[in-house]
Amino acid sequence: MSSLKITNVNKSYGNVHILKDINLDIQSGEFVVFVGPSGCGKSTLLRCISGLETISSGTISIDGRVVNDVAPSKRGIAMVFQSYALYPHMNVYRNMAYGLKLMGMPKAQIKQKVEAAAEKLQLTNYLHRLPKALSGGQRQRVAIGRAIVRDPKVFLFDEPLSNLDAALRVQMRIEISQLKDQLPNTTMVYVTHDQVEAMTMADRIVVLKDGVVQQVGSPMELYEKPQSMFVAGFIGSPKMNFLNAAFADKFGANVVGIRAEHLEVTPTGGAWSGKVIYSENLGSDSYIYLDVGAGEPIIVRQSGKASYHAGDTLSVTPRLEELHRFDASGNPMPH
Amino acid sequence: MLDQALYAIQIVAIAVLGFIAYYWGANWVLDRSLATNATMSHETIARRDRRRTRIRPWIFLAPALLLLAVYLVYPVFETLRLSLYDRLGQNFVGLSNYQWAFGNPADWFRSATDATGAPIIDAATGLPIVLNQGDPTFWRSTLNNVAWLIIVPSLATAFGLVIAVLADRVWWGGIAKTLVFMPMAISFVGAAVIWRFVYAYRAAGTDQIGLLNALVVAFGGEPQVWLGIPWLNSLLLMIILVWIQTGFAMVILSAALRGIPQETLEAARIDGANERQIFFGIMIPQIAGTILVVWTTITIIVLKVFDIVYAMTNGENGTQVLANLMYRWTFISGDSGRGSAIAIVIMLAVLPIMIWNIRRARAAEGAL
Repeated sequence: MSSLKITNVNKSYGNVHILKDINLDIQSGEFVVFVGPSGCGKSTLLRCISGLETISSGTISIDGRVVNDVAPSKRGIAMVFQSYALYPHMNVYRNMAYGLKLMGMPKAQIKQKVEAAAEKLQLTNYLHRLPKALSGGQRQRVAIGRAIVRDPKVFLFDEPLSNLDAALRVQMRIEISQLKDQLPNTTMVYVTHDQVEAMTMADRIVVLKDGVVQQVGSPMELYEKPQSMFVAGFIGSPKMNFLNAAFADKFGANVVGIRAEHLEVTPTGGAWSGKVIYSENLGSDSYIYLDVGAGEPIIVRQSGKASYHAGDTLSVTPRLEELHRFDASGNPMPH
Repeated sequence: MLDQALYAIQIVAIAVLGFIAYYWGANWVLDRSLATNATMSHETIARRDRRRTRIRPWIFLAPALLLLAVYLVYPVFETLRLSLYDRLGQNFVGLSNYQWAFGNPADWFRSATDATGAPIIDAATGLPIVLNQGDPTFWRSTLNNVAWLIIVPSLATAFGLVIAVLADRVWWGGIAKTLVFMPMAISFVGAAVIWRFVYAYRAAGTDQIGLLNALVVAFGGEPQVWLGIPWLNSLLLMIILVWIQTGFAMVILSAALRGIPQETLEAARIDGANERQIFFGIMIPQIAGTILVVWTTITIIVLKVFDIVYAMTNGENGTQVLANLMYRWTFISGDSGRGSAIAIVIMLAVLPIMIWNIRRARAAEGAL
């Protein structure tokens, strides 16, 4: 049985149609990531699930119960906000206990639950601190703790890592993934604009654009079999190279796409050649920006250090089995 | 009328130009007298640069410091001196002005008569004892001030907060806030004139020109001399100040409310808090600092309340307050000693709140 079912959901603010006919079936215990460029409606969809926003039409059901008109606190959800949204005047303990207190839970039970969550999140020594005396990562953990103690059926994350610095973001990403393993029956819905977070954490990714679901699938499905040029361009870093006109005609397509890592470099005699504009060495691998006359430069990824300089002539050949062909409307063509 | 306006404009222009001339001129003199050029030794240049930077702040601060000294610091000491002198400020009388006001603390809780009502005879002198329990009007004014102090800041802050919260929820909230804020632009005397019409009394049976009596009569009641009813009259005067200060409280608290992160309120909704719990449990604690600053600011205004009482009742019928009492003793009765003593009492009452308020405001700024 699916734990979260979204059927024909629409959301409009006045004349602005934000979410267009969203249909999703999320299984119990799944980790689903909503990803898309800013303004695509992913946060709005999450807020509709939480009940902070009402929906204009359609139904949302959690564990088989339609929750359209159910208050957020009664939906069996918990939410972690981008800004953590901790109550600044309450210490860590009271932040986590507030919701339980409002439920009317006995004090002893609250204490037990909060302490268990604090233990799990390494917050035991900080229970009496105010949020302002905590680091960003600790605040994030308190926000997660506040969600855990509610024993939610569905855990909602709204870009929880975007306020953290890069190193901490990687660490918290791992911690959230581990948390997921500890809570196998809890469904998690996670919103991000960062496709790396989506790729690394998700069981399934939902790609949204302009309020429309573009594709739903596992990270590898999206990477290997994008169902549109948009998904192909959005998933994967660096962005997929797109070539059109003469380059694509050769393959009988309107546009062809090839990822940076699927181009073989040869000094001469490759399919496409041109001058190196720029190259970035990252140590483990390097990106070469090559002008092959396709308008924008194409990006080539090589493992190890590259020894090319601007102005060098280079030739590349796409691996044919990794080449994506798209028709005039941006849909993929079969191999 | 026009002459007066032109005269005022002239004075303002002269003052502004005078200050510009002073700032520019003094700065120019400083730059010239400590000028540096390439022929000087490095030490000389460094020394002159240092001196210039050290002197320059004083040039710009001097007028303000001078004005503060003449109009603020000097009067404080002069008032303190006068409070220790007689009515014309000629003979030193020690603390007798304060004794007149406060009385003798030993006499405060004593009675001059025994249980039967007969005067108590002083054994030493053989005469009935005379108690000094202070000036009754002074005590009444102090009591009234305390009542003002409790009621006005509480009501103004509470109304301001409620209006600030509610105005954000309706489309006409902006208009409502403008209207509530408007009394802030009216002087206290102006407000008193307006409210005289609200409380005005005409004999029963004639047309009531006062709003309050008109309402009372319309509902079948008897017109009242509102400003003659003890205690109620003080309360009616307080309402005027509440009317003025609510706008101030509303504007400041409205800004503070906007500063509350929306997500904390949403988190509380998910935690299951209802509107009331969110307001008292999440919003109020987050703006507690601002509420205190608003409260104390109004408190200071209240401690100095003068104009409203002066213009409405002139302290009659038990509405006297300290500032008006001070004015009466100093300028009507011509007793600078007693007037100054009352002024010092007001200053000592305001001072701690003022200091605390400034500290608080500084801390709030530091936190931003």
